[in-house]
Amino acid sequence: MNRYPVWKYAILVIVLLVGALYTLPNFFGEAPAVQVSSAKATIKVDTAVQQRVEEALKAAGVTPDFVALEGNSVRARFDTPDTQLKAKDAIQKALVPDANDPSYIVALNLVSRSPLWLKALHANPMYLGLDLRGGVHFMLQVDMQAALTKKAESYAGDIRTALRDKNIRHGGISRDGQSIDIKVRDEATATAARNLIADQFADLQVTTTPEGTEFKLRASIKPEATRRVQEQALKQNMVTLHNRINELGVAEPVIQQQGLDRIVVQLPGVQDTAKAKDILGRTATLEVRMVDEGTEARSAETGRGPVPFGSERYLERNGQPVIVKKQVILTGENLTDAQPGFDGQTQEPTVNLTLDAKGSRIFKDITRENVGKRMAIVLFEKGKGEVVTAPVIRSEIGGGRVQISGRMTTAEANDTALLLRAGSLAAPMEIIEEYTIGPSLGADNIERGIHSVVWGMVAIAVFMCIYYALFGIFSTVSLAVNVLLLLAILSMLQATLTLPGIAAMALALGVAIDSNVLINERIREELREGVSPQAAIHAGYERAWATILDSNVTTLIAGLALLAFGSGPVRGFAVVHCIGILTSMFSAVFFSRGLVNLWYGRKKKLKSVAIGQVWKPESDSAVAKTN
Amino acid sequence: MEFFRIRKDIPFMKHALVFNAISFITFALAVFFLLTRGLHLSVEFTGGTVMEVAYSQPAELAKVRDTVAALGYPDVQVQNFGTSRDVMIRLPVQKGVTSAQQSEQVLGALKAADPAVILRRTEFVGPQVGEELVHGGLMALAMVVVGIVIYLAFRFEWKFGVAAIIANLHDVVIILGFFAFFQWEFSLSVLAGVLAVLGYSVNESVVIFDRIREAFRKYRKMTTHEVIDHAITSTMSRTIITHASTEAMVLSMFFFGGPSLHYFALALTIGILFGIYSSVFVAAAIAMWLGVKREDLVKPAKKEGDPNDPHAGATV
Repeated sequence: MNRYPVWKYAILVIVLLVGALYTLPNFFGEAPAVQVSSAKATIKVDTAVQQRVEEALKAAGVTPDFVALEGNSVRARFDTPDTQLKAKDAIQKALVPDANDPSYIVALNLVSRSPLWLKALHANPMYLGLDLRGGVHFMLQVDMQAALTKKAESYAGDIRTALRDKNIRHGGISRDGQSIDIKVRDEATATAARNLIADQFADLQVTTTPEGTEFKLRASIKPEATRRVQEQALKQNMVTLHNRINELGVAEPVIQQQGLDRIVVQLPGVQDTAKAKDILGRTATLEVRMVDEGTEARSAETGRGPVPFGSERYLERNGQPVIVKKQVILTGENLTDAQPGFDGQTQEPTVNLTLDAKGSRIFKDITRENVGKRMAIVLFEKGKGEVVTAPVIRSEIGGGRVQISGRMTTAEANDTALLLRAGSLAAPMEIIEEYTIGPSLGADNIERGIHSVVWGMVAIAVFMCIYYALFGIFSTVSLAVNVLLLLAILSMLQATLTLPGIAAMALALGVAIDSNVLINERIREELREGVSPQAAIHAGYERAWATILDSNVTTLIAGLALLAFGSGPVRGFAVVHCIGILTSMFSAVFFSRGLVNLWYGRKKKLKSVAIGQVWKPESDSAVAKTN
Repeated sequence: MEFFRIRKDIPFMKHALVFNAISFITFALAVFFLLTRGLHLSVEFTGGTVMEVAYSQPAELAKVRDTVAALGYPDVQVQNFGTSRDVMIRLPVQKGVTSAQQSEQVLGALKAADPAVILRRTEFVGPQVGEELVHGGLMALAMVVVGIVIYLAFRFEWKFGVAAIIANLHDVVIILGFFAFFQWEFSLSVLAGVLAVLGYSVNESVVIFDRIREAFRKYRKMTTHEVIDHAITSTMSRTIITHASTEAMVLSMFFFGGPSLHYFALALTIGILFGIYSSVFVAAAIAMWLGVKREDLVKPAKKEGDPNDPHAGATV
C-alpha cells in the first residue's frame, strides 16, 4: 500500500533535477562586466557593435570571458574589477570618441558568473531588488488633467481654424476646463458648426444648449479619446524619461508603467539621487528656426569662414554642419504631436507634425514668406543643440498640419518622429515616492535575510530529526526540497527578490513544516491505537491530506489578498508567500511520501517505523474508554 | 521522545466561559489602546521623509536633533535604528519643499556637523500614496475575511467560518493593540505580517474543526462538548510543535534579520502566540455557542455513497 508506481518516482526525479538546474545560477555569484547600450533612440545595438567591442578589447590586450549581445545591449564579462576598468576605458575610447555627444553608454555592471550552458537553458539567477543591491527608486505621478487641458486647448484652436475655413460665424470660442465652449447666434449656425465638428473631429462630442436667443455648443473629449490621450501622454513621458536616464549611464534601469497614471523608475547602483532627480526633471526644448542661407553662412558651413552675426552653427544628425539663425520661430510647446507616416501620392515615408492654434498661425505666415528656403528643427538637451531635420519649405502650410518628407527611410522617419515627440514631456510629473538604499545597507540586508532563513531552518531541522527520528530526516529533506523548488520557480519567473521576499521565504518554510508535523503526528496516533506500521503510514498521509489542503487554502487566501491589494514591498512578500505555499504542498506531501515509500514500501513484514517514541497510556486509552 | 502524554481528554469546554472572558478583556484593552494611543504609523502611510544615516562612532541623538531642528523642521523625530551608530530621522511632509531638497539639505547640515556621516537610506512618500496604502490594506483585510468565511462555510459549515474569523480577527486586533501600547512602528511589512498571520492562525482553527468533524462521525455517543474537548486534546501535540517550529523561524528573523525585519517578526510572534490561544480556546468555544451539532457536519446524504456503510444498497 505504500508504494509509488514508477511514473510517480520519475516525476519526483524530474522535478528535482529541473529545480536544481534552475536554482543553480543563483549560486555562481556575480562577475564584473562592461555593458554597452544605446544612448540615443536612433542608434541600435547589434552584432556590428559587438564586433567593435571585441576588436577594441583585442586592441587593448584585454581578454574577456565572453562578449555577448543580450537584448539591447552588449555585455562583456571579466575576471577581475581591474580588467573590467581597463576594458571600460578601451571600449569607451573606441565607441565614444566625443564624450560630449555619446552614441553609446558604456557602463560598469555585474553579470552572473553562471556558465553559458545554463544561460542557453534560460536558467538565470533572480534579480535582486533595490533593497538588496542599493540604488534609487522613484514613483512619478503624471498630471493627466494637465495633459487633457493641453489637448482641449489645442482643439479649441483647431475648431477656430476649421470654422473660419468654412465661413461659419461664431460669437467666441473658449476653453472651459477640459471642454470647449462655442457661442453661435442662431440654430442654423449651431447645426452647421455641430456637423462640422462631428465631421472633422472624431474625438469630440458636442451638446447644444439654448442660451437666451443664442446657442451654446459645448464640445468635450469622448471618454475613449480621453483614455487614448492619457495613454499617449504616459507613453511619451516614459520615452522621454528613458532618453534622459540613458545619460546617467545606468546599466539596467527599470522604467515601468504602474496603474493608469504612474511611472516607476528604478536605477540600481545609482547613489547620487540629486543628480538623478535633476536629470529626470529636466525639460528638453525644441525650437524651429530658419536656416541662414546667406553667402557668408554658406562659407561658414564648409568651414571656410566665420559664422555670421545673428546665426549659430549646429550639427545635423549625420554630422553635417548647418548655420541656423538665432531667432526662434516656434518652440516645442506649440508642437502637439509628431507621427511617422506615408505620403499619399509619392508613397514616401514622412513625419507628420501637428501644431496648436498659435503655432499654426505663426507657421502659416512664416511658410508663406519663405517658400523655397530651409527651416531647421533644433533639439536642445543639456544646453546643447542638435538639428533633428532641416527640410525645404515647398509651399505655404496652414491648418497646423506639417508634413516633412524626402530622402528618408521608414526607420529614419520613425526615429525623427520619436525625437520630436520625446523632446518634451506630454504632461508634468511629480515625484510621489522615492527611496534610496546605500550599497552597504543592501549587502547587509542580503546577509541578514540569508542568516534568518538558514538559522531558522537549522533550528527546525535539528528539532525534527531528534523528535521524529527518521521521519524527521524525511521532513527535513522535504523542507530542503521546498527551498530548492521555491528558488527554482522564482528564478524561472525572473522574479525580483527583496528583503520582504526573503522574509516570506522564511515564513513559508515555518508554515511548510506544519504539514510534516501533521502527517507525523497522525502516523504516531495511528500507531498508538495499535495499527500496523504500514497501515499507519498510509492512514497518516491520507487523513492528514484533507487538513493540509484546508489549512493551505486559508493561508493562500491571505496571500492572494496581499497580492491583489498590496503594493511595492508587500507584493514582493505576497508572491513568495503564495509560491511557497504551493511548493510546500508538493514537497511536504508528495515528495516526503515518496521518500517514505522508497524506504519502507518494500518491507512487507515491517515491525516498527523510526518516528521517535510512540507513547501509549499504560492502562487504556481515554478515547477507547469513552466509546 | 514524546512531549505530550495525555491520558484523558482535557475538559476545555467546561471553562469556555472563562477563556472567552479573558479574550474579551484582552480585546477590550487592545481596542482601548488603539483608540487612546493610536498606531505609530510609518512614513509609508503618513507621507513624509525618512533618512537613515550611519556615524562612525555612537551618535549623539540630541545633537542630531538640534542640527535638523535648526533647519526649520519643528516636528522631527530622531532615534537610533538597530545600533547606536545608526540614526533614523523622520521629517513630516512640507509644502513647497521637494523631497530631494529636504534630504539633501538635512544631509548637508549633518555632514557639516560631522563629516563622517554616511547616508544609508532615504525614503520619501507623498501623502496621496499613504492614503492608497491604508485603503489597500483595509481592502486586503476585508478580502481575507470574506474569502476565509466563504471557504470554511463551503468546507465545513457557516458556524465554523464565523467562529474562526471572529477568533482570528480578535488576534489581529490584539496585535494592533500591542503596537499601539508600545508605540512600535507600524509599517507596510508589519501589515503584511499581520495578514499572513491571519491566514496562518485560521489554519489552526481548521485543524481543530477537521478533528471535530471526524470525531462527530467516529464517536456517535459523544456530546458536542466531549467532541470538541477530544478534538482539541488530540491536536494539542501537533499544535504546540508546529507553532514552535514556525516560531523558531520567526525568532531567527527577529535575531538575525536586522532592524528592517524587527517589527515584522514581532508582529508574527504575537500573532502566533495569540493564534494558538484563540484557535484552541476561543474558536471552538464560539462554534459551540453558535450551536454546532452533529447534523451540521455529518450529512445524511453522505451515507448513500459511502462504501463502508454496512447498510449500503439495502434501500427498499
